[in-house]
Amino acid sequence: MSTSVADRRSRGLIWFTTSFVVLWIFIAAGPFIWTVWGSFKVQPDFFSKTDWRNALYGVMTTAQTGSAFTGDGYYGAWVEQAFWRNTINTGIVVFFTVVISLTLGTLGGYALARSGFRYAFWLLMAGLVFRAMPHITLVSGYLLPFFEWNVWGKLSTTIIVLVAINQPFTLWMLHSFFLNIPKDMDESAMVDGCTRFQAFRHVIIPVMWPGVITTGLFSFLLAYNDFAVTAVLLSSENQTMVPRINSFLGTVRETGDVMFAVAAVVSSMIPLFFLVLFFQRQIVSGLTAGAVKG
Amino acid sequence: MKHRTFFWFILPSLAAMFFFIALPIVSVAVQSLFVEHEQIMTEVENCGPFKCETVLQVDNEATAALREEAPLGRFNGLGTYTNRKHLAFEQVGVAWNETETFGEFMSELINLPFYKALFFTLTYTAVVTPFVIFLGLGVALAVNTLPRAVKGPTIFVSLLPMIVTPLIGALILFWMVDADGIIGATLQKIFNDPNLSLKASTPLTWMMLIVYGIWSSTPFSFIVFYAGLQTVPKETLEAAKIDGASRWQSIRYVVVPYMMPLVVFITLMQLMDNFRVFEPIISFSASAKATSLSWIIFNDLRGGDIQLFGSAGATSILTILGVAILLTPVLIRTWRDFNRKRA
Repeated sequence: MSTSVADRRSRGLIWFTTSFVVLWIFIAAGPFIWTVWGSFKVQPDFFSKTDWRNALYGVMTTAQTGSAFTGDGYYGAWVEQAFWRNTINTGIVVFFTVVISLTLGTLGGYALARSGFRYAFWLLMAGLVFRAMPHITLVSGYLLPFFEWNVWGKLSTTIIVLVAINQPFTLWMLHSFFLNIPKDMDESAMVDGCTRFQAFRHVIIPVMWPGVITTGLFSFLLAYNDFAVTAVLLSSENQTMVPRINSFLGTVRETGDVMFAVAAVVSSMIPLFFLVLFFQRQIVSGLTAGAVKG
Repeated sequence: MKHRTFFWFILPSLAAMFFFIALPIVSVAVQSLFVEHEQIMTEVENCGPFKCETVLQVDNEATAALREEAPLGRFNGLGTYTNRKHLAFEQVGVAWNETETFGEFMSELINLPFYKALFFTLTYTAVVTPFVIFLGLGVALAVNTLPRAVKGPTIFVSLLPMIVTPLIGALILFWMVDADGIIGATLQKIFNDPNLSLKASTPLTWMMLIVYGIWSSTPFSFIVFYAGLQTVPKETLEAAKIDGASRWQSIRYVVVPYMMPLVVFITLMQLMDNFRVFEPIISFSASAKATSLSWIIFNDLRGGDIQLFGSAGATSILTILGVAILLTPVLIRTWRDFNRKRA
């Protein structure tokens, strides 16, 4: 940071940029804070026609439950509506999708990074096209065969589909990451008598973790945030959180239990919140990897 | 790397992509050529006290048997592509002949489901993309001037709208603009109109969806621009300052030109992302006012009692063609880069 006279900002400019940033933070985080706070209130407070400040102080919540905060929404979602089941389903789907994607992706990405042949390039191009396709267009192709083979609705089917959909992205990301690991490392191991796989196993695997973690984060987000695939491919008892929240909306509007949905929404945001908290640097570097280099 | 080693390394990944991406595309293309079976009708004689009459009845058993036997349906060629729900050549032709002005023709055209969805998708993309770029650049420039200690938390907060599940992010905004929600109720008070509902009018629904689009995509462009700002060489900026450039001029003539490749990159990503806008339409239950191609496919698969595989397939193929057209410039550029590296 230089402190020359030319660098010094005028008071007005500081005031302007600061208020712009504050406004942006308010826009970006406000809706989340509002919803988290409101999820501990009753519906007449969170959706208050008379005065929006009711949601802040919990006027109706105090009247109905005797305290300004209530866990009724969470009780309804987690216990009455058995949202924990969907959480477990999400856990299973996300865990296996990430592990399998990364295993296939590291092998493939390494091969693509070390092969200079033309077909490696064509594979990457095909991956780029696949990656840009809306997932829902593929889903319509799965349904009929899956019905015929009787594998529709199962968690394992969905995991395989998510892994496959995830592959183009994983391959691209890990491929560009492996390009940054010097070729000499594994080649010198091979001169010393290792096979290609041994070189990969003993030389590359120990140094590849930063790239794998970054790629894994994005695989996690893809599997966790997916709606198109899970909503169409899972039977109602195997639903993950996101399609379950969507089907909540249909039913709770009739029974007046919108707060169940609000509580479920807040619950499903918590893992994402911690993800960003702990892996902010990796997410930022992953987002910019494609942009700044290319 | 030897061909054989390459093959074994890439095989698992390739197999996954072949069976679950390439084959489904073929499957979608085949499906789109077929259409659901018609229900089989049988003549049944109904005898009342005075006379007998023959009526047509649905033969459920025979229909089910036929569905079982040929689940794809009956062959329809390109019929599904040209019918009213898709490209609607006939209706477009009629509209073209019968309307006087181009405006009238357009208003006829957007009554057809496919063009309606396309029109919304294009408007959404055209409005969201520039907003996202300008807002993202603005936020990046502002955050860049902050003291180091505040930068981290600011970036953390900025990432949230993008990281959170699209369906959930859209729901959170939807609840706020609900007639009883904080923004919806406040707007009613400001305009003194207790019946004002953002959900009821088409332009307001579109605006809501566009606001969601800007809110959820700005973080991405902010992060990319912010990373880009760190790479702008200090010497050039200092040289501009010595030559007497004002702060605004050095942004306009030094920083912005450096950002141009990033603008291209963000625009392309935005085009691809916005082309598949889908979740917010579900969250805002906006399908009566705004639809997208992805929503049409989803609705064919999940909307009714019978899944319309043919119709979903045809829309999917048209969507894939659209994506391919959008991607052409990227592919050409990557191809050039590749050849330059080889040379």
